[in-house]
Amino acid sequence: MRHDAIEHLVGMLAKLPGLGRRSARRAVLRMLQDPAARMLPLADALTAAAAAVKPCRVCGNLDSTDPCRICSDPARDQDAICVVEGVAELWALERAHAHHGLYHVLGGLLSALGGTGPGDLSIQPLLARIAEGRTREVILALPATVDGAATAHVLAERLAPTGVQITRLAQGVPIGGALDVLDDGTLAAALKSRRAV
Amino acid sequence: MSTSWEGPAIVLSARPHGEAGALVSLLTEAMGRHPGLAKGGQSRAQTPVWQAGNLVEARWVARLAEQLGAVSGELVHPAAALAMEEPLTLAVLSAACSVADGALPERVAHPESFHGLVRLIVSLTRAPERAPEALVRWELILLRELGYGLDLEACAVTGTNQELVWVSPRTGRAVGRQAGEPYAGRLLPLPKFLLNEDAAAGPEEWLEGLRLTAHFLERDAFGIHHRPLPAARIRAQDRVAALAEAAQLPKPEQQEPL
Repeated sequence: MRHDAIEHLVGMLAKLPGLGRRSARRAVLRMLQDPAARMLPLADALTAAAAAVKPCRVCGNLDSTDPCRICSDPARDQDAICVVEGVAELWALERAHAHHGLYHVLGGLLSALGGTGPGDLSIQPLLARIAEGRTREVILALPATVDGAATAHVLAERLAPTGVQITRLAQGVPIGGALDVLDDGTLAAALKSRRAV
Repeated sequence: MSTSWEGPAIVLSARPHGEAGALVSLLTEAMGRHPGLAKGGQSRAQTPVWQAGNLVEARWVARLAEQLGAVSGELVHPAAALAMEEPLTLAVLSAACSVADGALPERVAHPESFHGLVRLIVSLTRAPERAPEALVRWELILLRELGYGLDLEACAVTGTNQELVWVSPRTGRAVGRQAGEPYAGRLLPLPKFLLNEDAAAGPEEWLEGLRLTAHFLERDAFGIHHRPLPAARIRAQDRVAALAEAAQLPKPEQQEPL
């Protein structure tokens, strides 16, 4: 019979996304085989991150500094704000090195099922940032789902009186995608978004 | 032994279940509103399929009929993707799906509501400019099939079908102009397009229609479950109300040529 501490640790790790109990058990076993090299540094790193990482008061990103390193970087374009659903999407865009401006984390999407309304999203702080007068363009980088599109429409309406340019990500054929394997909706969106060459 | 069915279905909602699955709610002709677990429903391949409003060819399998069961689907008409560009069309599609999802009982056939919703979804592609009108017509079908149908054939007071302009919020019966005049403030306006298919309708008439059906949906279809109207339905009505308000604003006067 296993010790309670091990089962507790396995249980805690198994709650994380991407890890079931089997994977958690393998990870725990690997750590226990060399606690000094693998377990204690991990515990220190977890404690340090829990104490240091906070949501950025400007954009909502998670970072150990507040404002975050993106918001406080003078080299970034200060006049373009990319609006994303959550921190995961912000990190994805940063990985792609595609956007050199600022971000704004909405904290979710409008959802009839989840009961999320416009008041639950970080829309007012976004309007306050735009009111500072430095923003020229707001890029709506929201998912191409019904909830994402509904959120984008509501945001576009709220932002329209500010006079900033509002754009959204293109929808259509992915890089390396063959047309015959695309779903009908993506093909229709791609045709609608066609442009001159 | 297992039980199963397959056939055309409308996706009413899909919510994440675990890391990769999705709990989907479908509307079918024979099985009514039916839930199911779509394994891998959050995957890149399946997310476009399980968008509210899409028409799919669905297959449901379970060991026992009363179980949640596993559902798989193939996209037939990508209504959600086609509606995403237009705020009003998307609002109508979301409203219809959330009303059907909230008002229809589970696993009870409601074929008229199903066929009406299919017609509504197809009309969003063919005549998107009349989307709110189509929503009102479908909500009347839904109310009728749930047993809360409105009687718009004749005046509840005089029995004639002349100048029907109101509906009683209590009985759901039409009321003529003359008979209803003393109670005008308490009656619900009846838009002309519900009496005459060819009558021209704009945002003001759409709003009257949406307020009419919202009253009975809220009181009867949702009220008996002590639930409010779905947020998506309220947002669609708010959007039409904004259009009606904009339509009432005086247009800027054209400048005289110099």
